[in-house]
Amino acid sequence: MRKLLTSTGMLVALMSPAHAEATKIGVITTLSGPAGYLGEQIRDGLTLGLQATGAEFELVVEDDARDPNTGVQVADRMLNEEGIKLLTGIVFSNVSGAVVPETLDAGAIYVSPNAAPSGLAGAKCHPNYFVVSWQNDSLHEASGAAAKKLGYTTAVALAPNYQAGKDAIAGFSREFGGTVTEIYTGVEQSDFAGEMAQIRNAAPQVVFQFHPGGQGIAFLKQYQQAGLLGSVPMVLSEPSYDGVILKAVGPAAVGLTGTTHWNDDFDNAASKAMVAEWAAAFPTTPLTTYAQQAYDTGLLIGGALNKVGGEDIEALQAALKAADFASTRGSFAFGANQHPVQDWYLTSIEADEAGNPKIVTKEKILEAVGDVYAADCKM
Amino acid sequence: MILLIEQLLNGLQYGVTLFLLAAGLTLIFGIMGVINLAHGALYMVGAFAGAWVSIQTGSFWAGLLAGLVASAIAGVLVELGVMRRLYARDHLDQVLATFALILIFNQSTVLIFGRQPLFTSLPEMFSGSVEIVPGLPYPSYRLFVIAVGLAVAFGLYLLINKTRIGMLVRAGASNRQMVRALGVNIGGLYTAVFGLGALLAGLAGVMASPIMSVQVGMGDEIILATFVVVVIGGVGSVKGAFVAGIVLGMCDTMLRAFLPGLLQQVMPGSEAQALGVGISSMGIYLMMAIILLVRPRGLFAAQG
Repeated sequence: MRKLLTSTGMLVALMSPAHAEATKIGVITTLSGPAGYLGEQIRDGLTLGLQATGAEFELVVEDDARDPNTGVQVADRMLNEEGIKLLTGIVFSNVSGAVVPETLDAGAIYVSPNAAPSGLAGAKCHPNYFVVSWQNDSLHEASGAAAKKLGYTTAVALAPNYQAGKDAIAGFSREFGGTVTEIYTGVEQSDFAGEMAQIRNAAPQVVFQFHPGGQGIAFLKQYQQAGLLGSVPMVLSEPSYDGVILKAVGPAAVGLTGTTHWNDDFDNAASKAMVAEWAAAFPTTPLTTYAQQAYDTGLLIGGALNKVGGEDIEALQAALKAADFASTRGSFAFGANQHPVQDWYLTSIEADEAGNPKIVTKEKILEAVGDVYAADCKM
Repeated sequence: MILLIEQLLNGLQYGVTLFLLAAGLTLIFGIMGVINLAHGALYMVGAFAGAWVSIQTGSFWAGLLAGLVASAIAGVLVELGVMRRLYARDHLDQVLATFALILIFNQSTVLIFGRQPLFTSLPEMFSGSVEIVPGLPYPSYRLFVIAVGLAVAFGLYLLINKTRIGMLVRAGASNRQMVRALGVNIGGLYTAVFGLGALLAGLAGVMASPIMSVQVGMGDEIILATFVVVVIGGVGSVKGAFVAGIVLGMCDTMLRAFLPGLLQQVMPGSEAQALGVGISSMGIYLMMAIILLVRPRGLFAAQG
């Protein structure tokens, strides 16, 4: 697959007339384990996004196995042995927390298509570090705002016990404002029976949970099996109800509320083009926000490469900072810490004709918001 | 009170799942002296075969049968193809070879089913919940899992204590060389035990699949806890695996459920949560260390 992708990149390079050599882009992402599909989504979205810009590129894709040590090893090899100056792809915050400082120390650029831990967004922000997705907290602040808007005042918030999980509960609580009972779960936990009992015991007005990938599927299934689905409403942020999760959970997901920065029913040209390209390339795989973020990352990087090429890092940094691309989410700008300033939407999960869940965008709940850490960033 | 009962049931259900996995592993370890890291891969094979067939046919029971058959066949093939060559080698070689098997099984599963998890539904008759005590609806499927686990435990008890093959198994676990010296067809016994162990792992996999997501690597997550059960229970002892499985399942569930709450009495909420989760994930290993201090061969060591 990696070979195939590399050769697709090369093929594009051969077809376009301008520069002599394709820019190598290092993609470190999670391709194995229960969350392996997230890395696939990112890799494929990134490829489509770059291709859409017509830039010349060669992707070097490596698996980090969701392990920070593996990630650092891969990054080290890419930076020092293969001379790659531009990295992207990381799914998980624990990996990015280790790899990003390493990359920046080596004078290279990192553009995040997903993970954006709080630790790198504030005082430790860096001119060569860009985030195209969102700051971790923002995802969940949107959910907190949604739960508040829906009139709830007591919540149980659940997330895995690692950086992104803590960011999630912090973000949710910040905007929610009501009473929040926090429950942390294991990072590799897949049986949530104990948590279901705790939720039943706490009897909150609303449940918020952040469990990306396979964990999210297990959580939603067990939530239904425990008989909680009908009795306690749930508000989710986008990683907990991506297309793959919904497909796996099936009709049980209908009726949940979610928040997102993008959905496949968005009415703008870039989004429509992406949905069509994805459907042509991967007809049976759902298009998730992971792929969408990576596609936007591809548009940003590809646009910058078209302008300045991949040799001059300073020029490339300036071109990336300009964020001169038509994002699939509509409005997009970088804040002071080079994290996105964007809109957030309320969505509901409804049944389509066949009874399967689909995500329907409802209303804008937050407009042009960045993140709380930007204020601490002095660049 | 209701919370306590529910958590006890959750612990019991986790415990019998651990037992199903550990029973096979402890027999294989005890009788053949092989450390089989790939036991979790057989759990995954059962889960995938079961999930795939139940998606195709729409019947959980057809999936259950397919999962059992597939994992038993996979187990027998692994024994005949790989394990057979490892009995005389030292444990490091066995660990290397069975670790390789994990990678091979995982990657083959990726090739066949892709990385996206499979989803199976609950069997129709167990899709509801049962009100055990007023105010506590408990999923009937989880009760079914507990019942199956206990039934298998009873069946294994009969098999091992009341039949000829059980006698050989017990003899093999306590003194391998002697059984061989007495002219028992040890090769056949090994294959049968390995197949049985794989079948039980497959059963655990199929039973878990409607609750959790069926995905590549699912066996790797549970195999560590299973090894802890085997070690605490005493290598080669099915009774030990049963007791240790239940105790560990209970202990793990109770710690995760109540420790953060207890810590919250003495420190701020989020720190108590994080610390509680941290300590409870160490809980089973701490328990192993303590039990091994007192009884270095485990609770019910078979080998004398």
